[in-house]
Amino acid sequence: MSVGEYRNTERELQRFQVRVGLAGGLVMGAFLILFLRFAYLQVLRHDYYHTKAEDNRISVVPITPNRGNIVDRNGVVLARNYSAYTLEISPAKVGDLERTISELAQVIDIRPSDRNRFRRLMIEAKGADTLPIRTRLSDEEVARFAAQRYRFPGVDIRARLFRQYPYADRASHALGYIGRINERDVGWIEEQGLTSNYKGSDHIGKTGIEQSYELELHGTTGYEQVEVDAGGRGVRTLSRTPPTSGNNLILTLDMGLQEVVETAFGNRRGALIAIEPATGGILAFISKPGFDPNLFVDGIDPVAWKELNESLDRPLNNRALTGIYPPGSTFKPFMALAALESGKRTASQAIADPGHFDFGGRRFRDDKVGGHGMVDMYKSIVVSCDTYYYVLGNDMGIDGISRFMGQFGLGSPTGIDIRGESSGVLPSQEWKLKRFRRPEQQKWYAGETISVAIGQGYNAYTMLQLAQAMATLANNGVMYRPHLVKYVENVNTGKRRMVEPQPIKTIPLKQENIDIIKRAMAGVNLEGTGARAFAKAEYTSAGKTGTSQVIAIKAGEKYIESRVAERHRDHALFIAFAPVESPKIALAVLVENGGFGAAAAAPIARLVLDYYLLGKKPAKPAEADEGASNGG
Amino acid sequence: MLRRIADPIDGTLFGIVMGLVTLGFITLYSASYETPSRVIAQGGNLLFAMVVMWVAAQISPQLLMRLAPPLYIMGVLLLLGVTLFGDIRNGARRWLNLGITSVQPSEIMKIAMPLMLAWYFHKREAVLRYYDYIVAAVILAIPVGLIAKQPDLGTALLVAAAGFYVIFLAGLSWKVIIGMVLAGLASAPLLWGTLHDYQRRRILTLIDPTEDPLGSGYHIIQSTIAIGSGGIIGKGWLNGTQTHLEFIPERHTDFIFAVFSEEFGLIGNSLLLVLYLALIARGLMMAASAPTFFARLLAGSIILIFFTYAFVNMGMVSGILPVVGVPLPLVSYGGTALVTLFFGLGILMSMHRHRKLVQT
Repeated sequence: MSVGEYRNTERELQRFQVRVGLAGGLVMGAFLILFLRFAYLQVLRHDYYHTKAEDNRISVVPITPNRGNIVDRNGVVLARNYSAYTLEISPAKVGDLERTISELAQVIDIRPSDRNRFRRLMIEAKGADTLPIRTRLSDEEVARFAAQRYRFPGVDIRARLFRQYPYADRASHALGYIGRINERDVGWIEEQGLTSNYKGSDHIGKTGIEQSYELELHGTTGYEQVEVDAGGRGVRTLSRTPPTSGNNLILTLDMGLQEVVETAFGNRRGALIAIEPATGGILAFISKPGFDPNLFVDGIDPVAWKELNESLDRPLNNRALTGIYPPGSTFKPFMALAALESGKRTASQAIADPGHFDFGGRRFRDDKVGGHGMVDMYKSIVVSCDTYYYVLGNDMGIDGISRFMGQFGLGSPTGIDIRGESSGVLPSQEWKLKRFRRPEQQKWYAGETISVAIGQGYNAYTMLQLAQAMATLANNGVMYRPHLVKYVENVNTGKRRMVEPQPIKTIPLKQENIDIIKRAMAGVNLEGTGARAFAKAEYTSAGKTGTSQVIAIKAGEKYIESRVAERHRDHALFIAFAPVESPKIALAVLVENGGFGAAAAAPIARLVLDYYLLGKKPAKPAEADEGASNGG
Repeated sequence: MLRRIADPIDGTLFGIVMGLVTLGFITLYSASYETPSRVIAQGGNLLFAMVVMWVAAQISPQLLMRLAPPLYIMGVLLLLGVTLFGDIRNGARRWLNLGITSVQPSEIMKIAMPLMLAWYFHKREAVLRYYDYIVAAVILAIPVGLIAKQPDLGTALLVAAAGFYVIFLAGLSWKVIIGMVLAGLASAPLLWGTLHDYQRRRILTLIDPTEDPLGSGYHIIQSTIAIGSGGIIGKGWLNGTQTHLEFIPERHTDFIFAVFSEEFGLIGNSLLLVLYLALIARGLMMAASAPTFFARLLAGSIILIFFTYAFVNMGMVSGILPVVGVPLPLVSYGGTALVTLFFGLGILMSMHRHRKLVQT
């Protein structure tokens, strides 16, 4: 080894050592970066990542509370829950939905209606985790699916609480129903700030009491903190907050009464509201035909939906709450009271009735040809004399009528504790101005006042309004908010909270005037248009028949029932309260296309009062009393 | 007798290695709570790896020098074979089916590359000129290019790093190094264009892992949560929720560092860094005192590869480097990796041990 080479080697070695030193520096630098990164993650950002890790591992599972039951005033159960198995599909976890359902159908009976219902649910309940394809599985079906379950990922059997309405269509319009939460419901839930309380809920009240008392019925959702692994499987439960069941509702309704009325209606269409005058509690709420709310709970199948929706009888239409009808002659007692209160008439003042009233070149007829002779106020109500009210209406003027009737709540919502109520129409000059566009239509004609005076023309009220007006009159002018729920009961403590009878107001009326009207209405049932229906009643009662025109009868033409197509026949009405001295019940009933009120509606009112006051059940369904011909 | 067996083994280096291996076993036990047999399997791997290390420590540098060119040429030929006839697995052509067994020639290159370059520089030691570096660059570029074309960018970079360390230690001029760094930066946009979609995604994922939280970002998100939630002192051994609830993917192998970090925190991480530093420091010292140019270059390159693996793995798991399939040396589960690493350590010991023999 020469010196030169040695030096060269020496230099190489030195250079190598420098390079090794540099490499060491590089290593130190790189590890410093790592250390800083660790310190950043584990010290500065520790809290953030700690929370992330906790969120990862802890899943909060909501526990749905039991929905409150609904019972009538005597404890008869109208809505309850029962546990049953459902077959549910998670659409997100199933690839080919149609094929899965077809394969499922080989294991478990799935009818076309189930498929249709499922499809409808898919559209309505967007974003739901799982949707039922079949409900109420039998034990055998559960066992059969369990054996084949491995074939169906994303399909599972669940035990669920179902809502059941044991009386099906009875009182269905008051009760309403629950259904699966849809997008609109989600909007409402968000508005109410209830999103977390509805985390585990699939159902929500859609109509009726189920809807308006949703907050009471739903209860408070419980939570379970579960430790889950990366696959989302629960490993163990960390903590549990039990749910609080929803409150039970005790209604003012009397299912016995409800049954009597619904049986009496038979296949006829119509509505009846019976109110306890001293509280405003609704004793009977009938809209016929009804529907089976059970159909809606887990999504109605399209065939049943079509049938309900397209039926000419419109069973989904809540006639008692939203149906507005001219009150016909049931308007007359209120007109008479208005006359007394305004001083336009005294009770004894009488007119000679020629059987018609001529005004502005037009002849307004009484339905009794030749007229009723001398008619005072009592007689005008008892025999339902139109001419008396034609003249009275003309004297009072539309705004006078409107002002007085408005006090009884006619033409404005009653404030009942279910939603969707119609306001009805209380005609006045102002109303007409708002209602119509063209100036010639906006003008109020005096002739129109004359129609309004006998409860026809623009007049249109719900049976609820009419029943409330009747109850207020029976209650001597003290008006209560009509309501369906009597108590709210806490399931756990058993404590009951009363839905207080709320007097809305007291109409300033002279008691002597009220008594005159009550006496005349009692006369109706004793010797007038209601006498036949109330023959041999074991209690005192007051009533008034009414007939509400469906098609306008041309002047000079007489309305003959048999000539008019059934759907164009007049509606029959009756309002009543009893006993006269201390009213316990007031009602308004309408039978659509029933013809004269005395014939179709009054007998139903009689059954209601017999049942409610005497506990008497009708021997057979009441049919229209064909014998009675003279009505409203 | 025992002394004679222990003779080729460098005690200091071995002690540090055993420290790292012990941490590995402790972590592996926690990571494989549902498959404890892995711990036993890894024990078997370790025993075998130690035998391999002992054997490698016996190999003389002369023999290794003689093996270097044929091993390199075989590696290149196999890589060419892969390019032409390789099996496609997971969308990349990396495996060569030799009838009896499949081999991944890029793995051979991880050893053949530093060997070949160390051999070349050793041969040219006395007459080293600038064009030698060009030759070295070609020796480096051919297999790296072939591996990158498979495509296996991660391995290509690791092989390139191994070669670069040799060239760097051999005394590559600073002007060239700085020039290369600048050229690299300048060509980054061009390189981007040649990358495959999944490679781009990995790099983009690094910048914003939340962009694809269930796809390529999932690994990084979950491992970062594991590290961060560990805090300073960690959640304690066997108590890592991210680990035990299976949120950390590949927690036995490439992502074992997340498990360790979650359960032992910043203190544990510091200990791990110190052990690696000690290992590298000892390795560099051994390289510096090796007798021949070949031995110095090879030893230095081997220990810097250890560093590279450790840095890339921890950087990837903590979210500062893209996800590439690199295990944490001496800690991750896996027989092949452990045996290869111990083989490297054996070579390192051999380079150090044989210094007296050659110097005379």
